[in-house]
Formats: sequence, structure tokens, C-alpha cells
Amino acid sequence: MNQSDFIKAVLPFKDKVFRLAKRLLVSREEAEDATQELYFKLWRNKEKLAAYKNVEAFAMTMTKNYCFDRLKSKQANNLSLVHSNYKEKDTSLDKKIEYKDSVNQVHKLIENLPEQQRIIIQLRDIEQYNFDEICKVLDMKPTAVRVALSRARKTIREALIKKHNYGVS
Amino acid sequence: MELANIEKLLEKYLEATTSLQEEKELRDYFTSGNIAPHLEEYGMLFGYFKENQSETCTKTIKLKPEKTRKKNLKWLTIAASLTLLVSMYLGKQAYDKEKKREKQLKYYAQVKEALQMISSNLNKGNDALYAVSNNLNKGTEAVAKLDTYDKTVKTVLSKVNY
Repeated sequence: MNQSDFIKAVLPFKDKVFRLAKRLLVSREEAEDATQELYFKLWRNKEKLAAYKNVEAFAMTMTKNYCFDRLKSKQANNLSLVHSNYKEKDTSLDKKIEYKDSVNQVHKLIENLPEQQRIIIQLRDIEQYNFDEICKVLDMKPTAVRVALSRARKTIREALIKKHNYGVS
Repeated sequence: MELANIEKLLEKYLEATTSLQEEKELRDYFTSGNIAPHLEEYGMLFGYFKENQSETCTKTIKLKPEKTRKKNLKWLTIAASLTLLVSMYLGKQAYDKEKKREKQLKYYAQVKEALQMISSNLNKGNDALYAVSNNLNKGTEAVAKLDTYDKTVKTVLSKVNY
């Protein structure tokens, strides 16, 4: 696999990798570093890539594992990830706009979900993967994926209704 | 799309049994801006999903920068060790040269001192020789005087004998 083949095969899902990394690592800078690191890894393993039927699913699995490693090493270093430490560059600018505010609300709610449910929401509702692909990425059974996804969607919806009824906190 | 249909789809959506096509219908409805008031929370949710789909990684991805960096480091170490070796060699040579010069200077000084000693002693010898030659002259003069004295004595004696 030469360089142009490689780029053709892996670059189209660069943003998907980035968004998944950002979902898990929260900060934009970390997600960009993770994306870069993942592409190094893919380039190093470029000979093996041809053997995979679904390179994108493989790359997403690698992204997930890499992010988990990053999160673990952070905990080991006693630097627990405090989400409020990171400010979104582009959203903090016009926080006053109500629409943006509701977007932030949803963002926070998703952040509070367990990691696995976050990944599934990301892959399904944002990247619109089908269940087969999600199963491949996460190495899970379809029923388990459905249960987790349903649980995540319900959690978010209930929290949103609560906030809506009691006014914006 | 009819509201009843949307509500039915939402129920399926929460159970995670909707297909991608059905989810697209939901997304289209909730991002159209014309949402039934009791379903507003879904508008927030799908609005958020839509927003996030367009987020992109702005950093340009490199494929292999670390390799060149490592190579550079390798060459740098080689160059540094070479410079060290060469400078040590040159330094040693300069040091040896300096040492040699110092030694030669020392020898030169010693030889000079010895030659000076020889020359001063030679002068002393000369003086002594001069003195000897002076005295010799005096001696010969004295001897000449003695000769004349001897002659006069002899003439006096011959006259007395007559």
C-alpha cells in the first residue's frame, strides 16, 4: 500500500475519528493529538490494513482503545479529567444565544453518560453507523448495543424534560 | 409529516429499534424549525446531533514526522561525537607542540648558561696569560739588566786583574 492509496483509504474518516476522540477525551486539543497519533499508528500498520474488510471500523476501534488508554493513564497520573476545565472555543463565544445554550445542555448530558453509551450515541446518532458497524467497532452483540443505545437515549430525554419543566438551570 | 407518525417513530427511537432511514425522518422533522411544543426537548437533541456532524478536525494530519525527527537526532549525535573527537585530537596536538617548545626553550637556556660560563672562564684564563706574559717580559728585562750587570762586573774584574 503506497502513500496515495493509504490516504485514499484512511483520510475520509478523519473527522469521524476526531469527533469520537473528542467525545471521549472532551478537549479539542487532546482529540486532535489523538487523531494525529491514530494516523501514525495506521501508517505504521499500513501493510496490514489491506487485510481488513472495513478499515473505518478498525480505525474507530483503535481510536476507542487509544482514548481509553489516555483516560486510564490520566487517572494513573492522578490528573482526573474535570470536564469543566475545558472550555469550548467556539461555543463559549455566543453562549447567550438560547439555541447554543440548549446545545450545551445536551453536550453536558451526553458527557455524563457512561463511556460505552457515549460511544454508541456518537456512532449512531451523529455518525449514523448501522448496528453491524457499531458491533464491529465495540466488539459487542447487537442486542447489547440496542439496549445501551435505548438506555442512553432515554436518559438524555428524561434529563432534558426535567430541565425544561423546571426552567433552564 | 403527521405528528402521530412522528410520535410513533419517537417511541421506536427510544427503544433503539428505528432504522437509519427512520432516524433520518426524525432528524429532518426536528431540524425543520416547526416542532410541536410538547416535543421541544427532541428539537434540542436532534439540533445538537446535527451541529456535531459538521465539526471537523482542523489540524493537518502528518503521516510520519517522528521518523525524520529521530533521524535528525541520530545524525546530530554522530556529528557531535565527531566534532568532539576532532577537537580532542587537535587539542592534544597543540598541547604536545607547546610542551615540546617549552622543553626546547629550557635546553636552550641551559646551553646558553653553559656557554656563558665557558666564555667567562676563558676570559679569566686570558687575563692570567696576560699576567704571565707581562711578568715574563719583566723577567727578560731583568735578565737583560742582569746581563749588563754581569758584563760590567766582568770588565771591572779584568781591569782589576791587570
